[in-house]
Amino acid sequence: MIALIALVIGVVFGAGLTLADMVNPQRIADFFDVFGTWDATLAFVMGGALMMALPGFWLVRRRSAPLFDDVFHLPHVTQLDRRLILGALIFGLGWGIGGFCPGPAIAALASGLIEPVVFTVSMVGGIFLARRLVLDRA
Amino acid sequence: MSAHSLIMALMGGALIGLACVLLLLALGRIAGISSLMSGVLAGLMAFNFDSHLRWRLAFLIGLPLGALSVSALGWSEWSHIRMQVGLPLTIVSGLLVGFGTALGTGCTSGHGICGMARFSLRSLVATIIFMVGAAVSVFILRHIIGGA
Repeated sequence: MIALIALVIGVVFGAGLTLADMVNPQRIADFFDVFGTWDATLAFVMGGALMMALPGFWLVRRRSAPLFDDVFHLPHVTQLDRRLILGALIFGLGWGIGGFCPGPAIAALASGLIEPVVFTVSMVGGIFLARRLVLDRA
Repeated sequence: MSAHSLIMALMGGALIGLACVLLLLALGRIAGISSLMSGVLAGLMAFNFDSHLRWRLAFLIGLPLGALSVSALGWSEWSHIRMQVGLPLTIVSGLLVGFGTALGTGCTSGHGICGMARFSLRSLVATIIFMVGAAVSVFILRHIIGGA
């Protein structure tokens, strides 16, 4: 039941990414190419997402619990640390190279193209390395 | 940017935001794709196929299914997709994205949308930094190396 709900919500998420053309690396690179072929799409996608998520999160969090769990599972860390800053920087540099972030890469597996597959496998490798070299050691 | 792609961007974005709200409402979870992946990987490595692994995996499988639905309806074409780099740099890019999101506990969805929507300072800082990082890479690739 829980997995089926998650699947349906994942379908909505993937449909949104595809409608907004976030699965196209050129769109992403163009957004960051302020000194070249700039394209504002990513800003409108994030704007559209926040238009739903800002009031939505506010409404949902007025509840004492989610529908199918006893508690909300929200991150409780508030401190700005070196890992957050370094991790975000490394992610950003990688995002700018390939034009894929995690969600669109997985959605683009549906394209049948080879790049999303290679990217996704490499990304799993990167997560594995981070866990082995840093996170699981602490 | 055409009016059509602007409307598609807003509608697509709204669907993404809706999915984030629905996941919080139903399961009380943050729809952060990199964290879901990290959770699935941890579960698989521990041979722990419990419900924590199953719902995360189900959500991730939903992503390409959603993409397929949109292309089946003719609202998107895969043929217009343009890769920016070849396979060697795609591998480098994937490694950096995986490593960075695991270290920084989030990506565009978790920090950029969900985190911002709950006014998390960590997410705001992370979002600004990864946006700047991406701009730096694109600038180097297109204007320094590419010479375009």
